[in-house]
Amino acid sequence: MTALLELRGVDAAYGAVSVLRGVALEVEDGGMVALLGANGAGKTTTLRAICQMAVKTRGEIRFAGERIDRLATEAIVRRGIGHVPEGRGTFASLSVEDNLRLGAYLRRDPADRGGRRVADDTERMFGYFPVLRDRLHQQAGTLSGGEQQMLAIARALMARPRLLLLDEPSFGLAPIIVQDIFAILRVINREQRTSILIVEQNARLALALVDRVYLLETGRVVTSGPPQQIAADAAVRRAYLGQ
Amino acid sequence: MQALLHQLLSGLANGAIYASVALALVMIFKATHQVNFAQGELAMCATYVASSLIQAGVPYWAAFALTVAISFVAGVVIERAVMRQFQHASVLTQVIVFIGFLILFNSLAGWIFGPTLRSFPSPFDPHAWYGSTYLSPHEVGMIGVTLIVLSIVFVFFRYTRLGLAMRAAAENPQSSRLVGIRVGWMLALGWGLASVLGAVAGMMAAPIVSLEPNMMSGVILYGFAAALLGGIDNPWGAPIGGFLVGMLENLAGAYLVGSTLKLALALFVIVGVLVLRPSGLFGRTVVVRV
Repeated sequence: MTALLELRGVDAAYGAVSVLRGVALEVEDGGMVALLGANGAGKTTTLRAICQMAVKTRGEIRFAGERIDRLATEAIVRRGIGHVPEGRGTFASLSVEDNLRLGAYLRRDPADRGGRRVADDTERMFGYFPVLRDRLHQQAGTLSGGEQQMLAIARALMARPRLLLLDEPSFGLAPIIVQDIFAILRVINREQRTSILIVEQNARLALALVDRVYLLETGRVVTSGPPQQIAADAAVRRAYLGQ
Repeated sequence: MQALLHQLLSGLANGAIYASVALALVMIFKATHQVNFAQGELAMCATYVASSLIQAGVPYWAAFALTVAISFVAGVVIERAVMRQFQHASVLTQVIVFIGFLILFNSLAGWIFGPTLRSFPSPFDPHAWYGSTYLSPHEVGMIGVTLIVLSIVFVFFRYTRLGLAMRAAAENPQSSRLVGIRVGWMLALGWGLASVLGAVAGMMAAPIVSLEPNMMSGVILYGFAAALLGGIDNPWGAPIGGFLVGMLENLAGAYLVGSTLKLALALFVIVGVLVLRPSGLFGRTVVVRV
């Protein structure tokens, strides 16, 4: 398999505050990768750096073989990267339906007459997250946290991204809802071959989901490998798994 | 009773102008959180353009359409070329830029077109069947044109993909970029639409107030009052605020303060709304659960 996303020697900074130093990581086509690390290690910043969102970067970021580190956020998204940001970033005053329509904003495939395929995808989202159908005409801001997270993921998927970036999808949610969401992520990865790069506080959950893990500490990748290997690491067990 | 009805209806006609101006203000405020103090002067300049076209022999409605197109482009260019530079500037800086524009356009118009009053034609025949003792044909036409323009704006924002993208960009620029919306262009488009609304208001007001560089200075005050009354963050409230302020102005002018103090009424409404109900009549706070 080839790398779909590749970061090489990436530095990132907010103004004068530098957060990432020489980060290198790869996401294979169809792969699922987790970024673990303590608060402030630079996990969110890594995702933002990939989308050039509110952060200045140096170094090389390639997507499907092409440099994307000098493009604007909207141009990067156009190439097939979906980003579910920290705090979900749904359009609170718009309806669930409009949020989903916005997710498909970029889609104008020629075979798409009358929005047929967009409609099919909307149905697919209701299959993943049935609650969204019940909430279709409600303002997104009135949804519960779990429902908003589902909406945020569905909205990102409506663009049919090749790579999905997820920033702490479990944050603030009840365990049972988190289980649901992670199960759906697995389905999406398997059925749509959507690659996933996920940032997660809950290391146990993330280790069970992905096939590769990167561990960040103060803006640097300190170790990486398959989840079994990372989970076996004594230092990791102490720091992230409470053992 | 008849006099009261007359006051109310002709207030509605003035209100149509305020409604358009208020909606223009709200549109820019929603998208950029800036208050365009130069909105009235832009409208005045557009009206001069229309007047020059008409004097050059262009038929009224063709001149109208051309002016609308020119205003749209001018609005887009102003946002892209100037306002963009001040996107991240402090509020005070932005206010000063707007006031700069106000003075600039006002003086330019005086310099180019002269300070004297020009008459501006009405496209509506003064003896048309829809005129009555209560409303002149121009007043009826003014209300009609405003309602048509408001409906077009409504349909655009409610039912088109671009309208939805503009609403999204106004609410959450960062998330909008993440779905691929070119947020910068959406702001420019908002400016274009706002200046079109202003231009229409200017062309409708000019036959009544006469064309001169300060023709919009009163109108813009009422526009502000209307926008605040309707709720500065509510595009549907602005037109309603406009019609209300128009009627209020006429009633107070006739029965309360007389015509000399009518303009003070706009300020009274502005202060009153800010003190009693800062979100306006229809200003809504978005409910967010986390």
